[in-house]
Amino acid sequence: MGAPRAPATIEPRGQHGMSASADAAHVADAEGAVGASETAVRLRGLRKTFGDVVAVDSVDLDIADGEFLTLLGPSGSGKTTVLRMIAGFELPTAGSIELGGRDVSQRPPFERDVNTVFQDYALFPHLTVLQNVEYGLRVKKVAKAERRQRATEALASVRLDGYGDRKPSQMSGGQRQRVALARALVNRPKVLLLDEPLGALDLKLREQMQVELKAIQREVGITFVFVTHDQEEALTMSDRIAVFNEGRIEQIGTPAEVYERPATEFVAGFVGTSNLLRGEASLKVLGLEGVFSVRPEKIHLGDPSQPLADGEHGADGTVAEVVYVGDATRFVVDLDAGGRLVALQQNVHRTSSDVAGLRGSRVRLVWRRDHEYRVHG
Amino acid sequence: MTISRPARIVLRILFLLGLLFIYVPLGVVVVNSFNADQTFSWPPTEWTTEWWQKMVENQGVRDALVSSIIVGLIATAVAMVLGTLVALALGRYAFFGRDTVSLLIILPIALPGIVTGIALNNVFTSYMGGLTFLSILIGHATFCIVVVYNNAIARLRRVGTSFDEASMDLGATSWTTFRLVTFPQIRSSLVAGAVLAFGLSFDEIIVTTFTAPPNIQTLPIWIFNNLFRPNQAPIVNAVAAALVLISIVPVYLAQRLSGNAAHAGGRI
Ligand SMILES: Nc1ncnc2c1ncn2[C@@H]1O[C@H](COP(=O)(O)OP(=O)(O)OP(=O)(O)O)[C@@H](O)[C@H]1O
Ligand SMILES: [Mg+2]
Repeated sequence: MGAPRAPATIEPRGQHGMSASADAAHVADAEGAVGASETAVRLRGLRKTFGDVVAVDSVDLDIADGEFLTLLGPSGSGKTTVLRMIAGFELPTAGSIELGGRDVSQRPPFERDVNTVFQDYALFPHLTVLQNVEYGLRVKKVAKAERRQRATEALASVRLDGYGDRKPSQMSGGQRQRVALARALVNRPKVLLLDEPLGALDLKLREQMQVELKAIQREVGITFVFVTHDQEEALTMSDRIAVFNEGRIEQIGTPAEVYERPATEFVAGFVGTSNLLRGEASLKVLGLEGVFSVRPEKIHLGDPSQPLADGEHGADGTVAEVVYVGDATRFVVDLDAGGRLVALQQNVHRTSSDVAGLRGSRVRLVWRRDHEYRVHG
Repeated sequence: MTISRPARIVLRILFLLGLLFIYVPLGVVVVNSFNADQTFSWPPTEWTTEWWQKMVENQGVRDALVSSIIVGLIATAVAMVLGTLVALALGRYAFFGRDTVSLLIILPIALPGIVTGIALNNVFTSYMGGLTFLSILIGHATFCIVVVYNNAIARLRRVGTSFDEASMDLGATSWTTFRLVTFPQIRSSLVAGAVLAFGLSFDEIIVTTFTAPPNIQTLPIWIFNNLFRPNQAPIVNAVAAALVLISIVPVYLAQRLSGNAAHAGGRI
């Protein structure tokens, strides 16, 4: 548990030591220390069916201690179901779940050292904000004075000091989100599960909370398993991303790996713009069979006469569409070899009036060979 | 929706007629309880509190009232416990045959009271050594449970399971979760259910007729038995008037509780 001591008021697990030995919250600490391993969560062959629907299928996943892992995928791909199985709200149809090296597959939620931030926050409406935050400590029989103090500190750490006496219904969406976060973090769980916690917020607040959430995660050093269907959110926040499709993991890797080297067509399409060369076009342009992905911003737009340097590939075509997007321009180019590619060019010199006339012009798309990746169906 | 002017006037008149239809007889009962004339000549010319006095002094009325209250309280208490438990079981856990069980629970209220009454009467007189206080209780509990159950399950459905999950996620066992999260959120609906159940039990006559032993009379039974004795008529009328006034309280309370709770999120 090598998390750096941070000035945060929510402190990493283990740093509270064994001083208050009779306190149940710390008993959980001791357990965690025994099972201390590099892997916080280990999923093996996880499967869940609801009647005929296969929600999750053969998911294998190792999540390291202190990692920020994102489950990314379209609606209905099984992200929430995986999270609910880790939390213990659903029992797996097959496969196993280990937390800190202990098999918890069949254990109820209250025997698992994880906490959840729900998409709708699920703050108890009949309790005040402070009572909500101290709930976890209360049911673990932490003494009243201590739990008051820790809950107050947790509220302060999400910048909600002074809001303790309000009811959740008197808080804004962003504030409720932070209460939910404080309510989970105050228990110092080994793993925090977050199901689209920013989904209900508007764009500005959402971006602000992304930064805050990431900062909090770094400070407390808790493993975060974060669910989203927003690829940008996933790319900016995660240490690693597991891309889900139809209940399976299509690819798992760092944001850069997933974005720049998508393993499958699905990932290439879901994370970023799908930009694929296939069949005839692959053969003519690359001299290779199969499907290849090149990210739009890796493609340079040149004159048809531009010579190709060593280690470069090029394809000629006609500009079919030009889209001005402010800081950049998207060129959709129909290739002579068949298919179309998108090239994204920074608007260093261009303005919107310049780009309009480029439609229909002949261009040569040029990219470095090490920026093209073979993807699988 | 907009309504044309003539239609609105017609609706208003019908509404008033409806109200009159309901409240004029009740008003007559209350007024007549102070009518000095034994035969209730109308309009009353002389006033008296004699009937109210006689009612209060009447031993039959007193005994019947006590029986009714005891039966109502116990039946309601039993219904509270069983109705809540069944609602929790059906509302929170999916299991094989859940819909069937749910139907079985609600059936007694749809079933004519006379059927319930005859069935219970048969069972008690044939196999359980005759009718007793217990048979009245069981008879009343059958429909009281339904009321409590219906109130509780409606609230449970509206509250949903996410708070229970959040509670268990934070380390609370099922029992602690019920105590700290589920119960506070369904409490007001249980109180409303209890008030209604007591009300139903209090004026029940059909099931009671079939399940009461000859030596026990509830208030409605007493009224029924004395209704056609001319010299008792003013007392019966006074009892009815008293019941009208007393009934307003629980009905008003139940309304407020279930109405309020809908937007206050379970706060009483
Ligand atoms: N309780 C349930 N009963 C039946 N089917 C379910 C249940 N929960 C989930 N499913 C199904 O399982 C599949 C995966 O659902 P899940 O909620 O895990 O998707 P998700 O990736 O979280 O989607 P979203 O982004 O929309 O939240 C879906 O097809 C869904 O309809
Ligand atoms: Mg989901």
